[in-house]
Amino acid sequence: MSAGAAASGAQRDAAAWVKARSATWSEWLAAARAAPARSAGAQLDVAAAQRYVEQYRALARDLATARQLLPGSRTTAALEALYLQAHAQIDRAPRWSPTALLTLLRDEIPAIVRALRPTILWIAALMIVSAAAGWWLISTYPNLISLIASSQMIDDVEHERLWTQDLLNVVPSSVLSVAILSNNIAVTLTVFCSGIFLGLGVCYFVALNGLMLGAAFAFTHQHGLAMGLLKFVLAHGPVELSVICIAGAAGIALGESLLRPTLPSRRESFERTARRVGRVLLACALLLVVCGCIEGFISPDPRVPMSVRVVIGLGYWCVMLLFLSGRLLAWTRRGEDPAP
Amino acid sequence: MTAAIPNSAAETAASSAPAEQLRIAGLTGVDIELAIAGPGSRSYAFLIDWQLRVLIALGWLFAGLLLTGALGSGPRWHGQFMYTVVVPAVCIYVFYHPVLEVLMRGRTPGMRRAGLRLVTRSGGTPGTGALLIRNVFRLIDSAPAFYLIGLLCCFLTEQRVRIGDMAAGTLLVVDRPAPAGTLAGLDGALGHAGPTALAPEAAELVQELLERWSALQIERRGALARALLARLDRRESGQPPETWSDAQLHARLRELLSADHADERGANERG
Repeated sequence: MSAGAAASGAQRDAAAWVKARSATWSEWLAAARAAPARSAGAQLDVAAAQRYVEQYRALARDLATARQLLPGSRTTAALEALYLQAHAQIDRAPRWSPTALLTLLRDEIPAIVRALRPTILWIAALMIVSAAAGWWLISTYPNLISLIASSQMIDDVEHERLWTQDLLNVVPSSVLSVAILSNNIAVTLTVFCSGIFLGLGVCYFVALNGLMLGAAFAFTHQHGLAMGLLKFVLAHGPVELSVICIAGAAGIALGESLLRPTLPSRRESFERTARRVGRVLLACALLLVVCGCIEGFISPDPRVPMSVRVVIGLGYWCVMLLFLSGRLLAWTRRGEDPAP
Repeated sequence: MTAAIPNSAAETAASSAPAEQLRIAGLTGVDIELAIAGPGSRSYAFLIDWQLRVLIALGWLFAGLLLTGALGSGPRWHGQFMYTVVVPAVCIYVFYHPVLEVLMRGRTPGMRRAGLRLVTRSGGTPGTGALLIRNVFRLIDSAPAFYLIGLLCCFLTEQRVRIGDMAAGTLLVVDRPAPAGTLAGLDGALGHAGPTALAPEAAELVQELLERWSALQIERRGALARALLARLDRRESGQPPETWSDAQLHARLRELLSADHADERGANERG
């Protein structure tokens, strides 16, 4: 048999095969076109999902055949596109549901926080030490406050006025809350992300925050305004600072995944850690939203007495502890099947 | 059961494929490759998205300013102005990427325009968590300005990813090439791929020429059509193809694809 006759035979085979399969492909094409609408709407039932998987397998067989019979052709390329679409439909994360969100908040985030607990304590210690250093620095060298505070703030304090006193006269509480909470969330995310610099970024941000806090208290103390500042900070500060420590610990975990990878490659280790500890940021954001409201409505209001601020500050801090330990939402576990 | 016929052709192609390819291990054993988007394509998609979000945010802002100016001013407008004008405009700018990536399952309008999409390393659609993590790391990628860190990462990493992609396990890939990779292309291919006496490759050539007909110059498409008809058209006609007009050539090419449908209809009627 000549080469030309063989090629002609192969072409006939290919044409016959395409002819035999074209009707099925048209059906698959219609199903693929319906897929995006389905992914945005109702879920597949089990039987339909099984049919889809069977179709995916058949499509793979056809693609392999097309690659043999029609290499580099438009039909093969089109089948590859269809195969890719089916692959993306099958290989995807489950959709978010209220149950998944509840599980995340009640079980997964507390588990991550438990794992991060030693690091959180170390970060908190770093913040406390930095605050003490800031206090000592300004107490010893008062002129250095110009490195930390703006000239407007220094001027206010030197005239025995706290910069927080006129906040409510400048902007409404609601606007102030939104501005504060968005700023706090941005700071928290930055602290977390800075962990990629082998954890050094986290240490820098936490130490800087501690230093500024201690310095501000030392400076106001020198002018007899430390109680006023404490009064302002007390209601929202405990949770706000704790959240920074938690985000910092998550960032340290990121840095550690690069320094001491637990998977074959640093990239894989980093990816896995980021996906795992990144969930904590959701809890941080939720806590900071309430913090922002407290800081916008309660903290700058001079009519709120100290005792109320203490109750709010400590009370909210306890709620945070209950939330992050999983106890706050434990009641939702009632009626559920016990874990195997 | 996996693929009936081993995909040796694909494997051969994979071995010679450039490094910037994502090889997806299919769940059935049939692998497939996707081209990874480089820094240029990324920047192009980002610029489109950036222009869109700036335009929408500024549009909202100016519309709010006009409306506020028309309705009144004064202290009582301050809070309302912030909530109805400034905050939404800032939200549009800040949350454009995370919201659209989640809603459009890894494709923003800019990516769609640039022919790109986000996939996981296994070729699947990224989940909400992965997309949010990817966007959180924009804080680092965009530092110190103009996405310098992100761009540097794209240039330096083998798979052209920024830090956010590394954290989320995502890749920006080129969607299947337009000629036949799209579903519309498949539709066209399947349209002719039915009962035809033409070899599949020949039928595809005719189909492709018809698809590109309006985009080609008249002389060029005429020459291509005549060359194809000289090889493929076995029907006797009164005048040679060299003398046919542009419309006649187009009609004849269409007939060439549909003639066999007619043959089949005739065969069915006879049957």
